[in-house]
Amino acid sequence: MHSHDPERPTTKARAIEKALGLIGEPITEAQAKDIAALEDCDCKDGMFALAATRRQLFAGPGLVAAVGMSAMLAGRADAKAPPGAVEYPVQADPTKEQGRMMGEDGGYGSRSQFETEVRWANPAKSAAFSPLQNSYGTITPSGLHYERHHGGIPNIDPLKHRLVIHGLVDRPIKYSLADLKRFPTLSRTYFMECSGATGSEIMKAREPNVQRTHGLVSTSEWTGVPLSTLLKQAGLKPDAAWVLAEGADAAVMTRSVPIDKCLSDALIVFAQNGEAIRPEQGYPMRLFLPGWEGNISIKWLRRLEVSDKPYYTREETSKYTDLITKTGKSRIFTFTMEAKSVITFPSGEMKLPGAGFYEITGLAWSGRGKIARVEVSTDDGKSWSLASLQDPVLAISQTRFRFPWIWDGGPAVIQSRATDETGYLQPTHQQLIAERGPLETGSLFYHMNAIQSWSIAADGSVKNVHPLG
Amino acid sequence: MCTRSVESKCAALLAALAVLGMADSAGAQGYPAKFDFGVPASAEDISKVAIAIRPDGEGLPAGKGDYATGKKVYETSCTACHGEDLQGVAGLPNMPSGQALRLIGGRGTLATKNPVMTVESYWPYATTLFDYVRRAMPFQAPGSLTADEVYSVSAYILAEANVVDKTTVLDAHSLPRVQMPNREGFIPDPRPELFK
Repeated sequence: MHSHDPERPTTKARAIEKALGLIGEPITEAQAKDIAALEDCDCKDGMFALAATRRQLFAGPGLVAAVGMSAMLAGRADAKAPPGAVEYPVQADPTKEQGRMMGEDGGYGSRSQFETEVRWANPAKSAAFSPLQNSYGTITPSGLHYERHHGGIPNIDPLKHRLVIHGLVDRPIKYSLADLKRFPTLSRTYFMECSGATGSEIMKAREPNVQRTHGLVSTSEWTGVPLSTLLKQAGLKPDAAWVLAEGADAAVMTRSVPIDKCLSDALIVFAQNGEAIRPEQGYPMRLFLPGWEGNISIKWLRRLEVSDKPYYTREETSKYTDLITKTGKSRIFTFTMEAKSVITFPSGEMKLPGAGFYEITGLAWSGRGKIARVEVSTDDGKSWSLASLQDPVLAISQTRFRFPWIWDGGPAVIQSRATDETGYLQPTHQQLIAERGPLETGSLFYHMNAIQSWSIAADGSVKNVHPLG
Repeated sequence: MCTRSVESKCAALLAALAVLGMADSAGAQGYPAKFDFGVPASAEDISKVAIAIRPDGEGLPAGKGDYATGKKVYETSCTACHGEDLQGVAGLPNMPSGQALRLIGGRGTLATKNPVMTVESYWPYATTLFDYVRRAMPFQAPGSLTADEVYSVSAYILAEANVVDKTTVLDAHSLPRVQMPNREGFIPDPRPELFK
């Protein structure tokens, strides 16, 4: 119906220009019509306007339209490339001329200029969300890893940066990045999740898509030195019970960490996905506390002070404490991120082209260990079936699940629920509200891991829905 | 390396190397218990960065501040975001909501569906206020206030919150003794929850 709307192609054209950040002359009406044919769904205007992805294929007549889009872009070598890409001329027939030379990228590759997935930053510009709706496998590309900062991203010269370890230790020490890299290292694939993730969804479906509901979680392979190694070098005094970790950003972020965690699986990380960690992830070094809320894994780590007591910093009292409105008391030092899962395809703002086969897929994770099982419901939770889990299932990492589904074309609500190896089952919204008390829409609800529901209407459009309506 | 045909020769060689203590040195040496990387952190190295303050007051610097001085500091450095009435300014670009910037009020709201969480209603320790203001405020010039200014603006905020009276002088001795209204409002993490 939209394709009959004479306004539609130009609206769409503007959205595409915006999405691609194009410069130069506007695209033509004919080109816009190609796109309009490709995407005829209002719900994908704006942030999802032009992603050359599976979702787009589902949105329109399919490959033919996708090729049409490529042809449209072929004439636009002058256009600015999407973030993370470099604009190269598109060849009319790449089998009939040589491709570009190696090294033209300066030795560091970039993604295709046709790929437009980006992080979404909230209006306060304090958090940026990973585009889970088009995630594949389990690793988040470093450039799409979620971000949460309290004082911007500092730009730190790694040669000048030092990590000082002091307090209740026999030998206060300072380390350079080069010193740190000489220690025996470990690489581990771990998820990280903000404890505020999905919190605004507790009472009502507020956000339109999975990027904005669940995008404050990501997974990387992290490489670093066990914190226990460094603390042994310094020599812990007998009354060492907490370690204050402090960052070198404008917030000079501080959190108190129990010594047991520091001596078990805590890492001082300097690499992510095979290269130096990104500035927005704490370059040149960060603390990493597997399975715990992201905020406590202090980025841009400059100091570790061993203490007999916690410090009750601002980020562990006024924030990152869980107010239980049932009682008015707040849970403090709530570190663990519990089992959670979400269907990433199909998910909010997508549109299924018609009845038939779809592979439902999503991600599951637990801060307490491995995912034991994921169940999927396609009838609003009346019945549940086991999804298959992608090997290898790693502890404290994201696990990809898949579930074959024949959609009959009628309205449906699809959900997933994860159980971790401790036997903990992902709860419902109602269970969380009953346990912790209700909040008006808009208030923060930390550690929100309720089962997510996506509704699919008869026209194939997918929406975020809440069990309380 | 040791093929079948020379197996016995190889075994003899390895045995000889082992006797000489060379087999190990040719392969894994194991990890040492101690590493000599890094340099001792001097008292100066530490004092440059060790700015954290505990609820018992450890780490508080010399200096003092009162309400009147604090009001001036507040008006110069804080009102743009927190507002003249300390209720937070709504609608600032690239900043949290007005409610999140609110400093006072909200007592008695924590056990409701609309909790108002401020320094007055929520923060358990006055030392945290000093620590946070000194390290991270004011937003446009973090870490720029002197110890006296931080004591003063703490005295101003806490008096406006009716936590201390306007004659209170805050210093390293008096600040840790300020009794915050929600001091007993925190409980350990009971999770995992047993859902019904």
